[in-house]
Amino acid sequence: MSPTAEAPFGLLAELTHRCPLQCGYCSNPLELVHREAELSTEDWRRVFDQARSLGALQIHLSGGEPLARKDLPELVTHANSLGCYVNLVTSGVGLSRERLHDLAERGVDHVQLSLQDATREGNDRIAGIKAFDRKIEAAAYVREEGLPLTVNTVLHRQNLDNIAGVIAMAEEMGAERLELANTQYYGWALRNRAVLLPTKEQLAHADPIVHAAQERLRGRMEIVYVIADYHEAHPKPCMYGWGARQLTVAPNGDVLPCPAATVITSLKIENVRDSSLHDIWYHSESFNAFRGFEWMRDPCRSCPRKEIDFGGCRCQAFQLTGDAANTDPVCSLSPNRSKVDLILETEMTPEVVPAMAMRRIGG
Amino acid sequence: MSSLQAVPRIRRGVKCTFDQIRGSHVVLFPEGVLVLNETAASVVNLCDGKTTVGDIALRLAEEFDGVEPADVAELVERLVARRVVDIDVTDG
Repeated sequence: MSPTAEAPFGLLAELTHRCPLQCGYCSNPLELVHREAELSTEDWRRVFDQARSLGALQIHLSGGEPLARKDLPELVTHANSLGCYVNLVTSGVGLSRERLHDLAERGVDHVQLSLQDATREGNDRIAGIKAFDRKIEAAAYVREEGLPLTVNTVLHRQNLDNIAGVIAMAEEMGAERLELANTQYYGWALRNRAVLLPTKEQLAHADPIVHAAQERLRGRMEIVYVIADYHEAHPKPCMYGWGARQLTVAPNGDVLPCPAATVITSLKIENVRDSSLHDIWYHSESFNAFRGFEWMRDPCRSCPRKEIDFGGCRCQAFQLTGDAANTDPVCSLSPNRSKVDLILETEMTPEVVPAMAMRRIGG
Repeated sequence: MSSLQAVPRIRRGVKCTFDQIRGSHVVLFPEGVLVLNETAASVVNLCDGKTTVGDIALRLAEEFDGVEPADVAELVERLVARRVVDIDVTDG
């Protein structure tokens, strides 16, 4: 029997895995989809239609770098024509004034711009290319266009000490929101964990700076702070429950309950070329696997926090314990918490810091 | 609680629309989606940067029974917290 599911609110459309940046914590999987395997324009239009019929009201155009798709303008027009809120998630590289103006005319409602670090040097080292100046320009174009801007910075050992600078840079860029998200360890970030895991001291230094800025900027710039879950006693409420609010369609048409779900190799992933989003959302094995609370074991099953954190992250449970139905091992109540503590002990301050594996397709 | 003199305004980048699928008014914004009941939808539509909370309550009372200004003020306060509306205070 399938647990009951509500209609989804959002579609994360990963239009492509192609990206000019090479960030070593990219949330895309290690095995990136090649251009030839990407969905066609017609496929994406059909996906948007089906997502809207299913109830999705927000379409996040993401990647990779969505600007790498030549048909992006057409896809924006289509998403807008369905009455959806259209969010462009971009590195800013390739976003000229003319291009943004055209996309805004076609119906982009909001731009989410990544920033890798507070300085040109730091930003470009993490991104692997000279991107900083392009980002500053892109932010200015977004403001000129009158669109709301969210700046998104992934935090880790290499940039956490510059957090005050990141906040100042986002203010300077005119952001209305700043997402400061500590790295979540899947795919590329998992591979580079020993380079990225922050120390306890770094987090203790950053936390009060973030909280003070949240106070100071209240009403002007909202700061969303995503915790470093390895260092916490309780897991994050991943996706607010499996198959509960949002679905992801990967560049090749794979439909995922969360963007990282391909790491759960035991999960049978459906594809939009074979089934409708409706059937996949409501009836597929993958979307029903961890819906609701029935699948849970103890300590989650009898824990009052299950309504708050939904047992944490299935991908993390799979990666660190080998079974996606286990309690997220970052939880202090998990019998596997010692695995996380061991990782912290050995990788937070490794004797030899490995080189960052830069994200490249087929690299 | 926002005062009755407060003038709420829908924030830039926030879209109000009717969702045929859910049969409800909804507010779309960067952070997510709010599904509104009929009263809340009327309040949101009146957050035009001109009408005070007090006047919104008066206008609503023409449409619905039992509208309390304090309830409208509280709803506006919640919309501010969710960053759906901003408040211009004309008179503290």
